[in-house]
Amino acid sequence: MRLVLQLNQIHKVFNEGTPDEKIALDTINLTLNEGDFVTVIGSNGAGKSTLMNIISGVMIPDVGSIYIDGQNVTGMSEYNRAKLIGRVFQDPMAGTAPSMTIEENLAMAYSRNKTRTLKKGVTKKRKDYFREVLETLHLGLENRLNAKVGLLSGGERQALSLLMATFTEPSILLLDEHTAALDPARAELITNLTKEIVKKYNLTTLMVTHNMQQALDLGNRLIMMDKGQIILEVEDGQKQHLTIEQLLNEFQRIRGTKMASDRALLS
Amino acid sequence: MFTAIFGAFESGIIYAIMALGVYLSFRVLDFPDLTVDGSFVTGAAVAATMIVSGANPFLATITALFAGFIAGCLTGIIHTFGKINALLSGILMMIALYSINLRIMGKSNVPLLNTETAITHVRDFWDKTGIDSFFNSILTMAGLGGSLPRTWGIILFMLVVTLAIKFLTDRFLQTEIGLALRATGDNKRMIRSLSANTNMMVILGLGLSNAMVAFSGALIAQQGGFADVGMGIGMIIIGLASVIIGEALFGTKTIARTTLAVIGGAIIYRIVVTMALRVEFLEPGDMKLITATIVILALIMPKIIDRTKEKKRKAKRLAGSMNISELPSGGKGETGAAIKSDS
Repeated sequence: MRLVLQLNQIHKVFNEGTPDEKIALDTINLTLNEGDFVTVIGSNGAGKSTLMNIISGVMIPDVGSIYIDGQNVTGMSEYNRAKLIGRVFQDPMAGTAPSMTIEENLAMAYSRNKTRTLKKGVTKKRKDYFREVLETLHLGLENRLNAKVGLLSGGERQALSLLMATFTEPSILLLDEHTAALDPARAELITNLTKEIVKKYNLTTLMVTHNMQQALDLGNRLIMMDKGQIILEVEDGQKQHLTIEQLLNEFQRIRGTKMASDRALLS
Repeated sequence: MFTAIFGAFESGIIYAIMALGVYLSFRVLDFPDLTVDGSFVTGAAVAATMIVSGANPFLATITALFAGFIAGCLTGIIHTFGKINALLSGILMMIALYSINLRIMGKSNVPLLNTETAITHVRDFWDKTGIDSFFNSILTMAGLGGSLPRTWGIILFMLVVTLAIKFLTDRFLQTEIGLALRATGDNKRMIRSLSANTNMMVILGLGLSNAMVAFSGALIAQQGGFADVGMGIGMIIIGLASVIIGEALFGTKTIARTTLAVIGGAIIYRIVVTMALRVEFLEPGDMKLITATIVILALIMPKIIDRTKEKKRKAKRLAGSMNISELPSGGKGETGAAIKSDS
């Protein structure tokens, strides 16, 4: 099996040397094989978002190295690394350009893993292709290629973001609580689309979520984070039998306290 | 009167190129770039100095364009790599360019009278064709013989140049790089996650924007017959006025429509100013005040119009609901629901 993502001894400290010093990531080791779908849970401040930012290149780790597809990307700039990574953000407004049309947004995503040139962004051939991939969302967006994305609803925009992040088949897909800002019905739609798309392209995926049920339903592996460390790793095979209660008990056993986030408990 | 409007139209078309540049930085990139006040003069200074020292005026104008491009790129570099606030980096570049422009010209004013410029070249060429006499005879027949323009050639030539730049801009903004540039102004985080180097996009965008501005400055210097170190003061506001007026009057549905609107705005702005200056109690020195007033009006008017429209709609809805509630049948709740689903 091919290694897609490798995090070695990642360490990240915020505000080092000040009273506000906070260890965001503490010696993180993580490897993802091709086709792995790993869900990440943990309370607020556990370091989940920092982990995403370190992988995507928004932040550079203080110590440690990152390999994607065997290539050392530790110091690589965010935009260069983006050729390998598809990302969907929590905010449905963050993943699309509102004043541009659906087809223009898709054209920009289409160029993600290529060099941008002075050729036309939206060609007839690409339009047909965009229509084809939009149909897989079942939202009727394929008939609205010329609509400005700012006119779409939050759910539609997030579905479009998900499509834009995935249809060029990135080496890794990073999902950062991408259903958290949606109402339950929309969240379920996006969750189902995620399942479908990840399976269709066999994408190696890392998904942060606050929703424990979602973390159990999706993916083949699960990791739990707390205070910048990975405190629990559930591997392929064991995950199917896990329940929320077991997860919470496991947390209590390891940490000696109850899990801190009410939000995580309730959902 | 007609001659004055004609003159305003002529310079309006040239200023439209500058306005297109301002549109690129201000609207597309969402970057309030004050470099414009300096780079406009840089264009004029480079062209005038080269022409006076005997260079081909067309070559001089193109060189001015490149000088503007470099100035814009520098603003972009100060902003992106220096991490200096957008407004401040523009102001810094504007101030720096003031000294650079003086250095280029060697003095504060370079006259271009009795020199061969791109404008005189076009005029001479046009005179040879004799098309003017045809146009003029039509106007004379229409009873406007007393206010004939010097030549039609400049207007037509500038119209072709400005529209060519407009089409190139439209085309460019549809390319892969152009799309990334627009997204940089729209949602930086998103386009960075789609592997575009937003810093390079800002630098490129500001470069192109100021190239257009300097190009316009070079042509204005040749049309007016001089380059002056103070000719760029308030240029950004004039550009902004053109963009805002154009957008308000002609709409922004597509890019091609918006760029056309900006050109229209630039011409209308010139005509309005010319008319305003013909008012008895206004002096040429009041021009900046007039400009500021126009911009404020152009910014406020659309909102006021929207609000009155909204009020009218509300009044209509209210009148409608009263009619329905006068009907004897049906409970109040039902009619209320019906009205809600109607609106």
